[in-house]
Amino acid sequence: MSAESPEPASAEEQKVVYSVIFNLLLIVFQEMEDKVISPEKAEEAKLKARYPHLGQKPGGSDFLRKRLQKGQKYFDSGDYNMAKAKMKNKQLPTAAPDKTEVTGDHIPTPQDLPQRKPSLVASKLAG
Amino acid sequence: MGVAGGGGNDFQWCFSQVKGAIDEDVAEADIISTVEFNYSGDLLATGDKGGRVVIFQREQENKSRPHSRGEYNVYSTFQSHEPEFDYLKSLEIEEKINKIRWLPQQNAAHFLLSTNDKTIKLWKISERDKRAEGYNLKDEDGRLRDPFRITALRVPILKPMDLMVEASPRRIFANAHTYHINSISVNSDHETYLSADDLRINLWHLEITDRSFNIVDIKPANMEELTEVITAAEFHPHHCNVFVYSSSKGTIRLCDMRSSALCDRHSKFFEEPEDPSSRSFFSEIISSISDVKFSHSGRYMMTRDYLSVKVWDLNMENRPVETYQVHEYLRSKLCSLYENDCIFDKFECCWNGSDSAIMTGSYNNFFRMFDRNTRRDITLEASRESSKPRAILKPRKVCTGGKRKKDEISVDSLDFNKKILHTAWHPMENIIAVAATNNLYIFQDKIN
Repeated sequence: MSAESPEPASAEEQKVVYSVIFNLLLIVFQEMEDKVISPEKAEEAKLKARYPHLGQKPGGSDFLRKRLQKGQKYFDSGDYNMAKAKMKNKQLPTAAPDKTEVTGDHIPTPQDLPQRKPSLVASKLAG
Repeated sequence: MGVAGGGGNDFQWCFSQVKGAIDEDVAEADIISTVEFNYSGDLLATGDKGGRVVIFQREQENKSRPHSRGEYNVYSTFQSHEPEFDYLKSLEIEEKINKIRWLPQQNAAHFLLSTNDKTIKLWKISERDKRAEGYNLKDEDGRLRDPFRITALRVPILKPMDLMVEASPRRIFANAHTYHINSISVNSDHETYLSADDLRINLWHLEITDRSFNIVDIKPANMEELTEVITAAEFHPHHCNVFVYSSSKGTIRLCDMRSSALCDRHSKFFEEPEDPSSRSFFSEIISSISDVKFSHSGRYMMTRDYLSVKVWDLNMENRPVETYQVHEYLRSKLCSLYENDCIFDKFECCWNGSDSAIMTGSYNNFFRMFDRNTRRDITLEASRESSKPRAILKPRKVCTGGKRKKDEISVDSLDFNKKILHTAWHPMENIIAVAATNNLYIFQDKIN
């Protein structure tokens, strides 16, 4: 081969060059794919960052159990009667606690219990 | 029939009526929880969280007011369910009406089933437009007459009176569900119906209230092993032995009551294969089916999960034949939708009378319609702004990213408190009822 001007590459050499380029492109695309995360997985990562303990128990059962227990409201008659007895000695509380909190930390008194009466008002759709 | 498209031969949807209060402060009891047309479409029933049912009736077409084209006006309203407390289980039972299903009309009266979490009631709605006058034993105001004063007998005469519509509970089907009822479905035999809760499905006879047959029971022996619940169930429109139920895992089981008394083994199992590499924490939650509806033809069924609506051919179990994206742009918002619980919202879906189009709701008071033939879809909004009589609804568009065009709304501006969960399509005409929180919108196709 002469040193002044490169001869045109032979068919063999061309094939080798093309296959090298092709392989390089494959590697690049693979890396790109690994970097592109689906929006759903990105959201999952966000959630895991905020709540690291989520999903360590079987998640399905948690949701389902919560769903099946909807409406559960517990009431302790002992606590209720003691609070009622205390009320007799005190004034009525001035700040009405949140009416929906009748269990848990707040001991309910007759004034707090939500009235479980049906809506006597007619539907506004019929107005 | 079809869906509004761009122009040409497609028709357009127009505002017809809106029912309910305008005030911003919405009482919880006023939130509409179910909407259902009857078989003829002349009656439209709504149920709300306060346990009340309101029935609207379509007015006869009036020659002097051709544009009114059959408006829906209040026909009857009654308190269907009341709040209860189960002292034995410390369980508060909401009065919210979960579902209303009409019975086919067999005489002058109308019958419907309404259910809350625990009790199903059969209501009879009848008209009274005559009153008997001239009783022998009592006066016109009801007081008993002195028998010694009665000297002659007369036959009471029927006189016309102002129309009175009465609703009375004819059957109460109680104490059959440990868990919360999510569906009721009247069978094509017009004699039986099913009720489904999270773990069990019961079969009832409309005449018998003290007994029901359990036909599906998926409660595991050990509750720790619970992995899925029943989310919806429906009878086939023509085959009285066939029903389907959907699950929180995105599967549908078709059962044949002829094969066994307890249909724990399905006849067909519909599930779309999932790409395991795309599985995430949200996968199961968003695949949970919130509604399942057979087509009127009985050949197809439609399921609604959080992001899409799928049409299944009953003859093909391994994947749906059509999938429509309702609001795919929410996929990149799943984290916040999980935090505000919106990811658990249960959207319903419905077919039009000819099964050529389907409709379902979304957020921001948007609702979506898909034409199965042309594959066109449209997003419309139920809002007071576009509530002028016969105003044509303008298609809405959500901008998913990049530059927001003039009339588009960006995903972050959507109001997730304004959700359209319940919609209904008239069985024969292009009239739709859309429940937007405490308001009921009625839209019709454009009158030419």
